[in-house]
Amino acid sequence: MSAYKIEVENLNAWYDYKHVLIDINMKIKERTVTAIMGPSGCGKTTLIRCLNRMHELVPKAKVSGKVIFNNLNIYDNNVDPTWIRRKIGMVFQKPNPFPMMSIYDNVAFGPKIHGIKKRSILDKIVKQSLEMAGLWEEVKDDLQKPASALSGGQQQRLCIARALALEPEVILMDEPTSHLDPISATKIEMLIRKLAENYTVVIVTHNMQQAARISDYVAFLYMGRLVEYGPTKEVFERPKNELTERYITGKIS
Amino acid sequence: MNELYSKFRSLKDKIMHILVYLALIIALIPLFSILFEVFIRGISAINLDFFIKPTPAVGEIGGGVANAIQGTLITIGLASIIGVPIGIITGIFLSEYSENKLYTIIRLLNELLNGMPSIVIGLFAYVLIATVVGFSVMAASFALALIMIPIVSITTEEALKLVPASIREAAIALGTSRWKTVIFVALRITKKAIITGILQAIARIAGESAPILVTMGYWKWWFAGLDRPVANLALDIFLFAKSPFENWIVLAWGSALILIIIILSINIVARIIMKERY
Repeated sequence: MSAYKIEVENLNAWYDYKHVLIDINMKIKERTVTAIMGPSGCGKTTLIRCLNRMHELVPKAKVSGKVIFNNLNIYDNNVDPTWIRRKIGMVFQKPNPFPMMSIYDNVAFGPKIHGIKKRSILDKIVKQSLEMAGLWEEVKDDLQKPASALSGGQQQRLCIARALALEPEVILMDEPTSHLDPISATKIEMLIRKLAENYTVVIVTHNMQQAARISDYVAFLYMGRLVEYGPTKEVFERPKNELTERYITGKIS
Repeated sequence: MNELYSKFRSLKDKIMHILVYLALIIALIPLFSILFEVFIRGISAINLDFFIKPTPAVGEIGGGVANAIQGTLITIGLASIIGVPIGIITGIFLSEYSENKLYTIIRLLNELLNGMPSIVIGLFAYVLIATVVGFSVMAASFALALIMIPIVSITTEEALKLVPASIREAAIALGTSRWKTVIFVALRITKKAIITGILQAIARIAGESAPILVTMGYWKWWFAGLDRPVANLALDIFLFAKSPFENWIVLAWGSALILIIIILSINIVARIIMKERY
């Protein structure tokens, strides 16, 4: 076993005829936080959506290349995308808890769908996931209340708990704090650091400070190409590429 | 000058208001006169016998429409058992599987069925079923089910299309397959809208008489099996009203009142369900 959780090899992605990712190669280490940053439209979101096969859900979307997860290419013909998505969880930009469902049902949804029926087991999973997401103390007495009654920040942590309930190995996050107030965003950032103790986290952000604060590795994407990738400190202090430097110093955005 | 102009404008506004209210009153007059007439005439027919006794014989005094109420419920029930699941499945298909080869054909058929006169649907059921097993509940319910399908499928489709993509993605990102996403997330969210559609379809077929006439005909006794006809409220109104017997004419008004009350209540229930939000 290599120490890399995910290895992206020559990944290309298209929307119809628009080539949005060009020859991406990157290796993501286990139990680290990797931030993907870059200006709007550079392909950040597409890149992480390629890591759990969500990209192909868009009509006319295409992918080529390899994404190796635990020594298995997730784009191999015999790989079931639903299995991949269980192992590689995702948290979206805008909190999207299931409406008309209670907090409990939201977290229990994944395990239930995948066949866990026993109430006692579900109870345990719900509690653990909410604890891990730092939400348990706030909602433990309101588990049957609708998820929509929670604040935006709480909803986002609920979505993290919902992803954790499936015990994934990797968690992908697509600008998880961009719709939140600064205090809620800070809570999520602290949570991400904590999650990295057990999980491999890949986070898309266009907030450079955030990338600097929470990530171990940072990738800079520009116009569909991976311009620079390395330990966060190195990239921010001594960027190798001129484009990266211009981005970090705010000359391109 | 300016003041005059604004006075003129407010006068115009008032005149328009009056015209709109006038139009509203004119539109409501026929509706209320029907309801009023039916209520006044129908209420005199309504007593305990009306609900527990079957159609009286010619010349007999009293009697009721209990057999027609029973028959209507059975016919609607059977029609719903056939029509609702097919309607929901069609709605799901039209909303979720638009890339399927059959999509265009199913959509066309569904729209055609929606616009089809009910008597034509009745004739179809007659040829297909009544000519084989005879005039029967089966044939009538089949015809009514065909009327229900497009109503249910269109509400289902429209409700499902309103489910945000972000919610579907949330389910898919948890490794949920496509059909499970539809059933456990999309249908669950749109449950109320779909139930409303079902109730509207039921209210619609409760008042149908033409397809009943061609598939089942008139029956003045109790339910005697699905391969036999049953009585029907809407049809009773038609047959009683044009009969020369005073007693039957009174029963026709009573049946009309009951039918209106049933349909109105279904609509009210549908509205209440729609308003309730989690």
